[in-house]
Amino acid sequence: MMSRPQLSPARLLLLAALLLFALFFLTPLYVMLSASLKSMDEIRNSSLLALPASPSLQAWATAWSASCTGTDCGGLKPFFLNSLLMVLPAVGISTALGALNGYVLSKWRFRGSELLFALMLFGVFMPMQVVLLPMSQVLGWLGLASSVWGLILVHVAAGIPSTTLFFRNYYAGLPDELIKAATLDGASFWQIFRRIVLPLSTPILVVTLIWQFTNIWNDFLYGVVFSGADSKPITVGLNNLANTSSSVKEYNVDMAAAMIAGLPTLLVYALAGKYFVRGLTAGAVKG
Amino acid sequence: MPSSARTLWLPKLVIAPSFALSLLFIYGLMAWNGVLSLSASRMLPNYEFVGLAQYEALFESERWWVALRNLGIFGGLFVGGGMALGLLLAILLDQKIRLEGLLRTIYLYPMALSFIVTGTAWKWILNPGQGLEHLVQEWGFTDFSFGWLVDPDMAIYCVVIAGIWQSAGFVMALFLAGLRGIDDSIIKAAQVDGASLPRIYWRIIIPSLRPVFFSTLMVVSHLAIKSFDLVMALTAGGPGYATDLPATFMYTMAFSRGQIGLGAASATVMLATVAAIVVPYLYSELRGARR
Repeated sequence: MMSRPQLSPARLLLLAALLLFALFFLTPLYVMLSASLKSMDEIRNSSLLALPASPSLQAWATAWSASCTGTDCGGLKPFFLNSLLMVLPAVGISTALGALNGYVLSKWRFRGSELLFALMLFGVFMPMQVVLLPMSQVLGWLGLASSVWGLILVHVAAGIPSTTLFFRNYYAGLPDELIKAATLDGASFWQIFRRIVLPLSTPILVVTLIWQFTNIWNDFLYGVVFSGADSKPITVGLNNLANTSSSVKEYNVDMAAAMIAGLPTLLVYALAGKYFVRGLTAGAVKG
Repeated sequence: MPSSARTLWLPKLVIAPSFALSLLFIYGLMAWNGVLSLSASRMLPNYEFVGLAQYEALFESERWWVALRNLGIFGGLFVGGGMALGLLLAILLDQKIRLEGLLRTIYLYPMALSFIVTGTAWKWILNPGQGLEHLVQEWGFTDFSFGWLVDPDMAIYCVVIAGIWQSAGFVMALFLAGLRGIDDSIIKAAQVDGASLPRIYWRIIIPSLRPVFFSTLMVVSHLAIKSFDLVMALTAGGPGYATDLPATFMYTMAFSRGQIGLGAASATVMLATVAAIVVPYLYSELRGARR
């Protein structure tokens, strides 16, 4: 172990700078949370940074079940449920396919597999605007327009390149000898996957699940383009709520709604941030 | 060695549906969008071929130029500012800080949130009359005013502030990973030679971060070009269309103005821009991996 540096003036300055930055990043979250616990009277008459005098969950209750998005005043609850119905299958399917693809692309390469993978990889970066118009027509033909199933299909198709990338890079680190020895023992493609590869996959499985969950929960573009009246995800609900112009703007309800929409991914980040960061950096730089 | 016929076709069969789905999704739809951009489509797709007329109309549209100009301002400041702040945070955190884990978590949490969530919060904080303006006035600066969000000339800078706030932690994480990969012995040797810490950073450490710098630049630039949610939540492109970016322009034309051909043309221009940045990067990454 190295000894810790002394608390010199330079070091105090460094710590002060780090804490100031921490405040810069935390303040919007604090403002959001404290406003969501205030009444509108208090928001008008107190400072932005003041703690709520008598914290109340009234604004949260309103945001959840009685706030207005456009002309409909049923709160965010139906949007939240749509998001759950969309996220769970989309994350599960895209992760499972990514694991299988990664297994093939690292341990069962065939002629042309690298080229196909490179072509697929462009999907991680391309601007999704180019698929919006044709995809809405495809969804119409498939009878999936404006449905949660249509959104699931889009999220799976859009997610496969990154899930495949994650698993491929991770499996490339597993020794090939492991696979060779197992094939010599007569183990099949599926047996090797189930008994050898899958049990070693926990870390990358967690990274991918968290990555896909965060991305799909937070998606707005597909949600706003492909959803119908009954399938809008939470981000679209929140945006409609915050942009509904009524005579009296209820900022406490807006902030509570933003907290509700952000809470699931924030919780996942708080519990497993390490894995989220790993996904974030794995998507940018090869593993 | 795997030799039975079964092991030869099974892996291909397993991966075929994924390849088919994603290649159709990526390249099939991309080509289709290209066809739409050469058509006369307005409210509904219509495959009457009009050549490059939609692209001509696009580059004659004042609104598209506003979107490009905004992308220049936003992209330059978002990429430059985000990378500078991210590098600074990474260097500050790399000084054997006891609370590093906690601080890192705090700097990075905005990336876990949707731009719609943070945009909603920033919209209120930057709102004239409420939020920040009100706060500074309460501190005694009664004639302080901060109306950027509703000022057509300044609103785009609000998008920049919120964008940098959201992604600086991400850049920090990338740089921090790079800093941790640098061989300690080089730094020790320089210290023994009496070089000061800022000098060591400037002359040795930052130059050796070049590969990380390059890949971070790629990733952040393509995020800038694709930016959509943040603008929608913060300004919805307004006031008027003063904060339109290419992505919001495309959305408006294709889905609320009934200008499908024009929207498709703008999407193709976005695609070409991202491809010009990303394809060389992907090519070098994949070649590097093969060695």
